[in-house]
Amino acid sequence: MAKAAELGKNRTGIDMSPMHSERMISGAKELTPASSGDGLEAIAEIDRQYLVEADPVGSVPMPGTLRGALKTGAKKATGKNPELFLNKLGQRLAFERSGVRLYESVITRAEIADQMHPAGPVTTDELQHIRDEEMQHFRLVSDVMESLGADPTAETPDADVIGVASMGIQKVLNDPRTTMAQCLEMLLTLELTDNAAWELLIRLADEMGLKDASEQFQRALEQEKEHLMTVRSWLEEMLMADARRGAEARH
Amino acid sequence: MAVKLFDNRGIALEEQIFTWRDLVQKPISKLDDDAFTRVRIILMNGIEQQANRFQHLCAQMNRELREPLARIRRVEHHQQTMINWLLSGDHSPIETTIGYEQVAIEVTAAIAQQEPDEYLAQVYRFGLLEDFDHLYRYSALLDRLEGKDANNILQSYTDVIPGRPTSIEHRHPLDDIREPYDRAAADPISKLNALTIMSGEYQTRDYYMNIGPTFTDPVARQLYAEIASIEEQHVTQYGSIIDPDETLLEKWLLYEANEAWNYYSCMETEPNPRIKAIWERFLEYELGHLRIVSELFKQHEKRDPAEVLPETLPDPIPYESQRDFVRETLQQEVDLSAARTEFVSRAEETEETRKYRQTLNSEGSPSDAVAAGYRWRPGTELTKDQAQAA
Repeated sequence: MAKAAELGKNRTGIDMSPMHSERMISGAKELTPASSGDGLEAIAEIDRQYLVEADPVGSVPMPGTLRGALKTGAKKATGKNPELFLNKLGQRLAFERSGVRLYESVITRAEIADQMHPAGPVTTDELQHIRDEEMQHFRLVSDVMESLGADPTAETPDADVIGVASMGIQKVLNDPRTTMAQCLEMLLTLELTDNAAWELLIRLADEMGLKDASEQFQRALEQEKEHLMTVRSWLEEMLMADARRGAEARH
Repeated sequence: MAVKLFDNRGIALEEQIFTWRDLVQKPISKLDDDAFTRVRIILMNGIEQQANRFQHLCAQMNRELREPLARIRRVEHHQQTMINWLLSGDHSPIETTIGYEQVAIEVTAAIAQQEPDEYLAQVYRFGLLEDFDHLYRYSALLDRLEGKDANNILQSYTDVIPGRPTSIEHRHPLDDIREPYDRAAADPISKLNALTIMSGEYQTRDYYMNIGPTFTDPVARQLYAEIASIEEQHVTQYGSIIDPDETLLEKWLLYEANEAWNYYSCMETEPNPRIKAIWERFLEYELGHLRIVSELFKQHEKRDPAEVLPETLPDPIPYESQRDFVRETLQQEVDLSAARTEFVSRAEETEETRKYRQTLNSEGSPSDAVAAGYRWRPGTELTKDQAQAA
C-alpha cells in the first residue's frame, strides 16, 4: 500500500513500445478482414435465446407460518406482496452483514497507517463506529425478519445478486496493494447504494403497514447518511491534500 | 551458461521446504511487470501442474515408486502454488485468459522454430495458428463484455488478428492423433519440447473448464465451452506425439529434466529480480529431483540416464515476440487441416471431421458470433467511433 498515484513503468499503454505497437496496429488493420456493421447483432442473438428461457436466480423462502405471521404482525399486510418485502429485507441483511466485514478490513489497514501507508483523516475509532452501526443494522433487519416469521439465515435472490455485485468491492478492500483513498472510493460506492436502499426499504415497510419497522429503518437511514458524509469527506480531504502536495512539489 | 545435468546435484529433497508465508508472496503487477514475466509464470504453473498429474498417475500404476513419487510430488505441488499465486488478483478471468493465449502463441512459436524434427515442427505450427485465433476471439470478448483492451495484457508483443477460424478447428478425435516421436531415435530436445507444450495446453484446458461456468454472460459461457473443446483437442494432439513405449521411469526422468530446462529458460530471461530468484531456486530443486530419479532409473532399469537425457540442458527458450514467425506461418498454413496423423488441405478433411463439426456448429458458433466484425484497435473498438466523430 503506497501513494495512490505515482509515476512509474506502467507498460499497458500503446505508447510504451512504439516499434512493437506500430506493427501491432498496422497488422490488425491489414490482416483483419473488413466487415460491415459492428457485429454485435450476433452476440445479441445468443443473449436473446438465453434471456427468453432463463430461470430466475432462485426464490424467496416462504416458511409455512409466514402468511399468518404477516397478517398478525402487520394488520395491513393482507393482499400485499410479502415476498417482495422479504426479498429486499434479505438483501439489506446481507449487505449490512458484508459491510461489517468490509469495514473490519479497512480498520486493519488504518491501524498500520504510517508515512508509507497514509490514512489521511481516516481514524480507526470512526471506522469502528461505522462498523458497529452496520452490525446493529444487520441485527435490526434480522429481528424484523424473525418477527415476520421469515428465516434470516436464508439467502434471498436479491441478497445473492447484491453479493455478486459487491465481489469487486471486496477484492479492492482486501488487496494489500490498494491505497486508503482507493478503499474510500469503494466505501463511497457502498454507502451511496446503502443510503438509496434504506430509503426504498422504508417506503416498502410503509406500504406494508409495518410502522414500527419503518421507524427503526428511518433511524438506520439517519446513521447511514452520516456514514456517507464521513466517507465522502475523508475521500475528498485525502485527494485534495495529495493534489496540493503534488502542486507544492512542482513549485 | 550451460547447465550440466549429471554433475549438478541441486538442492537435496529434504531441504526443499516451504512456509505459507513463503508460498504466498507478493504478486506481480499487472500494470508494471513485463508481459513475458506473466507468460513465464503461467507456463511454469502448467509445467508443475502436469508434473504433479503425471506423478499421481505413475503412483497408481507402480507399487515400488509410490514413496519417492509422493515425496517429490509434494514439493512439485508447492512449487506450483508459489508460482501460480504470483498472479495478482486484479486480473479478471478474461484478462488471465489473454495471458494464457499469449503463452500458447509465443512459447509454441519459439518451440516450433527450435524443433529439429520437421513433422513435429509442423505439429506445433498447426496448433499455433489455432491458439492464435483464440486470442483474437477472447480479445473481442474482453472488449465487448468488459470494455477492456487486450493489449493492456499483451503489451504489443502479440498480434490480435484472426488465425485459423476457431469454428473450423473442431475435428473428429481420430483426426487429432499424431505420429509419436521414436524414443530411441528422437533428439532429447524434441522430447522436452513435447512435454513443455503438452503441459501448457493441458493447464489451459483445465483453466477454461474451471472458469467457464463462473461467467454469467451466455456468450462467454459458450465461448469458453467451445475453446475448452479445442484445448482438449490440443492435449490429444500434443499428448500423442510422445512415444507411448517409453518406460514409466524414462518418462519421469524426462519430466524432471524438462522442469529443470524450463526453469533455466525462465531464469536466463527474467528481468524482475524477485521472480528470477524463484526461478533459480526451483532450478536447483528440479536438479535435486532429477538426481533421485536418475538413481531410481539406474536401480530399476539397470540403465544409464545418459541414454535418455542430454549431458547439458538445451539452450533456453527465448521469451520474446515471435510476430514475424507467426505472421509467416499464418500466411502459409492457415488453410491446413488434419486427416488422421497427416496435415492436409481443407478439401481433404475426413468425413468424420465434417460431420462432427457440422453437428457442433449446427445451432450457431460462439466464436464466430463474439468476433463478428471485430478489428482490434488500441483502446478498444469503441475508439473507432471517437475517430470517426473527430
